Amino acid sequence: MTAHTSTLASRLAAEAFNKPDIDYGKLSPLLIVFGVALVGVLVEAFAPRDRRYVIQTAVSIVGLAAALAAVVVVGLNVQSNHGGASLGSVEAMGAIAVDGPSLFIWGTVLIFSLMSVLLFAERQLEGGITAFAGQAAALPGTEAEREASSRGIEHTEVFPLMLFAIGGMMLFASANDLLTMFVALEVLSLPLYLLCGLARRRRLISQEAALKYFLLGAFSSAFFLYGIALVYGYAGSFRLGDIDTAVSSTVGGNGLLLAGMALMAVGLLFKVSAAPFHAWTPDVYQGAPTAVTAFMAACTKVAAFGALLRVFYVALGGVRWDWQPMMWVIAALTMAIGSIVAITQTDIKRMLAYSSVAHAGFLITGFVGAQQGIEVAGQQISSLQAVMFYLVAYGFTTIGAFAVVTVVRDAGGETTHLSRWAGLGKEAPVVAGVFAFFLLAFAGIPLTSGFTGKWAVFTSAWAGGAWPLVVVAVLMSVVAAFFYVRVIVVMFFSDPVGDGPTVAVPSILTTITITVGAAMTLLLGVVPQPVFDLARAAGEFIR
Amino acid sequence: MTGSETAVPWLTILALLPVVGAVVVLLVPKGSALPKLVALGFSVVALVVTVAMAVQFDADGGFQFVEQYNWIESFGAHYAVGLDGLGLVLVLLTAILTPVVILASWHDADGGRWSANSFFGWILALEALSIGVFAATDVFLFYVLFEATLIPIYFLIGGFGGPQRSYAAVKFLLYSLFGGLLMLASVVGLYVVSAGNEGGSSYLLEDLMATDIGTSTGRWLFLGFFIAFAVKAPMWPVHTWLPDAASEATSGTSVLLVSVLDKIGTFGMMRFCLNIFPEASRWATPVVITLAVISVIYGALLAIGQQDMRRLIAYTSVSHFGFIVLGIFAMTSQGQSGAALYMFNHGLSTAALFLVTGFLISRRGSKMIDDYGGVEKVAPVLAGTFLLAGLSSLSLPGLSPFVSEFLVLAGTFTVSIPAAVIATLGTVLAALYILYMYQRTMTGPVRPSTAKLPDLRAREVVALAPLLLLIVVLGFFPKPALDALNPTVDRLLQQVGMEDPQPTVASEEGGS
Repeated sequence: MTAHTSTLASRLAAEAFNKPDIDYGKLSPLLIVFGVALVGVLVEAFAPRDRRYVIQTAVSIVGLAAALAAVVVVGLNVQSNHGGASLGSVEAMGAIAVDGPSLFIWGTVLIFSLMSVLLFAERQLEGGITAFAGQAAALPGTEAEREASSRGIEHTEVFPLMLFAIGGMMLFASANDLLTMFVALEVLSLPLYLLCGLARRRRLISQEAALKYFLLGAFSSAFFLYGIALVYGYAGSFRLGDIDTAVSSTVGGNGLLLAGMALMAVGLLFKVSAAPFHAWTPDVYQGAPTAVTAFMAACTKVAAFGALLRVFYVALGGVRWDWQPMMWVIAALTMAIGSIVAITQTDIKRMLAYSSVAHAGFLITGFVGAQQGIEVAGQQISSLQAVMFYLVAYGFTTIGAFAVVTVVRDAGGETTHLSRWAGLGKEAPVVAGVFAFFLLAFAGIPLTSGFTGKWAVFTSAWAGGAWPLVVVAVLMSVVAAFFYVRVIVVMFFSDPVGDGPTVAVPSILTTITITVGAAMTLLLGVVPQPVFDLARAAGEFIR
Repeated sequence: MTGSETAVPWLTILALLPVVGAVVVLLVPKGSALPKLVALGFSVVALVVTVAMAVQFDADGGFQFVEQYNWIESFGAHYAVGLDGLGLVLVLLTAILTPVVILASWHDADGGRWSANSFFGWILALEALSIGVFAATDVFLFYVLFEATLIPIYFLIGGFGGPQRSYAAVKFLLYSLFGGLLMLASVVGLYVVSAGNEGGSSYLLEDLMATDIGTSTGRWLFLGFFIAFAVKAPMWPVHTWLPDAASEATSGTSVLLVSVLDKIGTFGMMRFCLNIFPEASRWATPVVITLAVISVIYGALLAIGQQDMRRLIAYTSVSHFGFIVLGIFAMTSQGQSGAALYMFNHGLSTAALFLVTGFLISRRGSKMIDDYGGVEKVAPVLAGTFLLAGLSSLSLPGLSPFVSEFLVLAGTFTVSIPAAVIATLGTVLAALYILYMYQRTMTGPVRPSTAKLPDLRAREVVALAPLLLLIVVLGFFPKPALDALNPTVDRLLQQVGMEDPQPTVASEEGGS
């Protein structure tokens, strides 16, 4: 008896003095991004105003590239568990999972972020100044704003803000316990709310977008947090693995679990803009500066789907029969609302926003299949691989498409009204051709990445028994094709109204982004196998 | 599937030739005759290569010119091509029609919104994709190319043609995408079904033919494929895009659309529906035959009522595609040989008819039959070729479509007398719509507006001559084409598990 007490005491003592065991090497991609973000803040504080743009751009690009390199290094040295079923390990005392899918998503987010940084840094389109408000604090239409504008002041804070958001996204997709995930959600969201409100032109609509996004985002965070609390009440732990154990071993009395699951789903589905939690998407996508929209549309979606899949496959995989019916409905609803409402849109950015909603529906279709790597045979692809491939394919196309939107302009800045795009094919055949190519990819025409991506998620859904959902998805694809084709018709077969659109010549930065987007859209459509191999090598989530 | 690998990748070379041509056409300076000459040159070289392949082709040798590489391993997709008799005949049709269309459309793209370079570039791109479609022996590759053909033809219809062309192009695209995406669902389903095979999922035709697909699953998957092909073919009731598209597009585009692209529909039924889903094909036969017979009669009746010559020809095609589908689903060797041959012959005769009416329309500037009269007196060569093309379309004995139509009807008669009898009415109606059109445009008093119509130019005659020549030659001597097609049809019937019914009269005599 005494022996037992003494061991307990010594154990308690040992634990109390144990310093957290953190493998900084494996977490280096995260640490680099957050570190560079802090450097960016210091640059804002100490560097002279006229040099900040150059320094911030360089620091961001170098930092993101270094983080990407770190992801590759970690990925090459990653350990294999359970005979290759999963890769990597849980780090930072169980808070962060550095496993194959995490690394895949980190790499994807970082590549998309690099492309977005180039759009953020574009100055040629606005006549030598970035597309962000000179002084966000100055009210629209006031003397202070005019003064800031005439002095050519720029908000270079956008770069550290963006880096914080990127760090939050990476953490969000790799969080192994729900509290870390919630913190990551806030870290990624708050900078985005700010960035949305920083447009140089049409500031009122931009600020409106920021406020809407903030209010609705705050609501959804609260739902998510309440969900976490309920699930904690059920499982007694925040760890995904512990929740999984509780889910599989407890019998009955799962009211807390179901309610918690539903509330967490609200928070996550809000972030991926799935119906009926999509209402913010069109307003925010339209109002935010287009570079921010591109960044949000690609990176947030990747990170949020990473987190969604991790929570539902790892923690709640044992009760998938409880959440699959709900997700069936969500997927069908999201595809239908995204595709059908997009038809009536007359603004390119709003249309792309609804298209993003529809694509979230296709992604959820793949997610619902819930075919895990262990269950599928041979070369067949698992649901996780399908969704990750779709995210890569969709991200490149989306950033490219929004980058094209930034170069179609008139005297008042970007012209996003569809009627102003009439005759663009005659005015600028290359730009219109590239945009048409992106639209065909969104529509899922073969030889584009959109087709291979769709094929992958449809297969995943069908293999998981969700073939009616595949039929719905296919029908909604036809509806979606209608509005993509309508833009092509306007660009190529309609006569321009009035002066017609002009295509500003962007600097090399935007050109690189558009070129990379188009090239990857084509490559992933013709030779997608390397990315599938990478996704397969990433394995399943670690538990 | 038996076949032999070839050392030289002839099919890849053949498909890449027009692609290279399209790129070159886009690079040469605009506003000259150069892009047209380059396009013609590449299409003629492609024709020469195709003819050389046809000469080497061994009719009993199964799939030939086979190439097979892994493409996307995760999908079980291969780059696999090869030609059997059916594929060869349709590749040949594509290769013949492309230079003809380029020559006939020499000035059609001049002075439009878009340069002639893009017009001829899209035509060559379409040729390349069509060859790929007819050669693909992997379902995934077929699907990719099948959908990809929509892009060039969409821009050809939407960019060049009549005032309503944009509407027609979108209507065409949405119909095709609807069918195509339903087929995508079935293609995805095939992957899941074949996942249980040894060696995992595979889209190779031979692997899928060996896959055991459950009865109800097979029927659903069959429907996805069949609806896509029925839209493409087009069959009643999903045909309404065709008259709009054919009426608004230039005559060259219409030829490629109706004579080549629509064949993908009937080709796909034979190659994929019957081979992969034999049980479902037999199950669907009564409904398909009914739809085919309705198409025959409906297309013919509407053709009679048309004012617009291009719409009229489009409706005749609906009728003719009804015959082709009827022949395929009669599931007899005569019916299917006839249907396969009909695809080729219909391609020739409809091409000739579209082109010659195109020449007529370009002279007068109107598509309406009532705007013409007495043309045979002022332009006898034009009227003569018009009559010959028209007679081939109504299957006059001695011209090639007669052979195929007769085979289709004979093949149908042995399995369903009512279907054969009603379909035969279609041939009577065919005489009506063709001769009625000829009478109203070519005969009668010369109208003031048509009094100065010039006759066909040398270029136009050269473009039409090969078509008319082939129609006459194959009318009297169809043996080479049938020899190439018969082994394919025999293998197909074996896969479907159908045998020709024995002639009842003969067996009764033998028994007594």
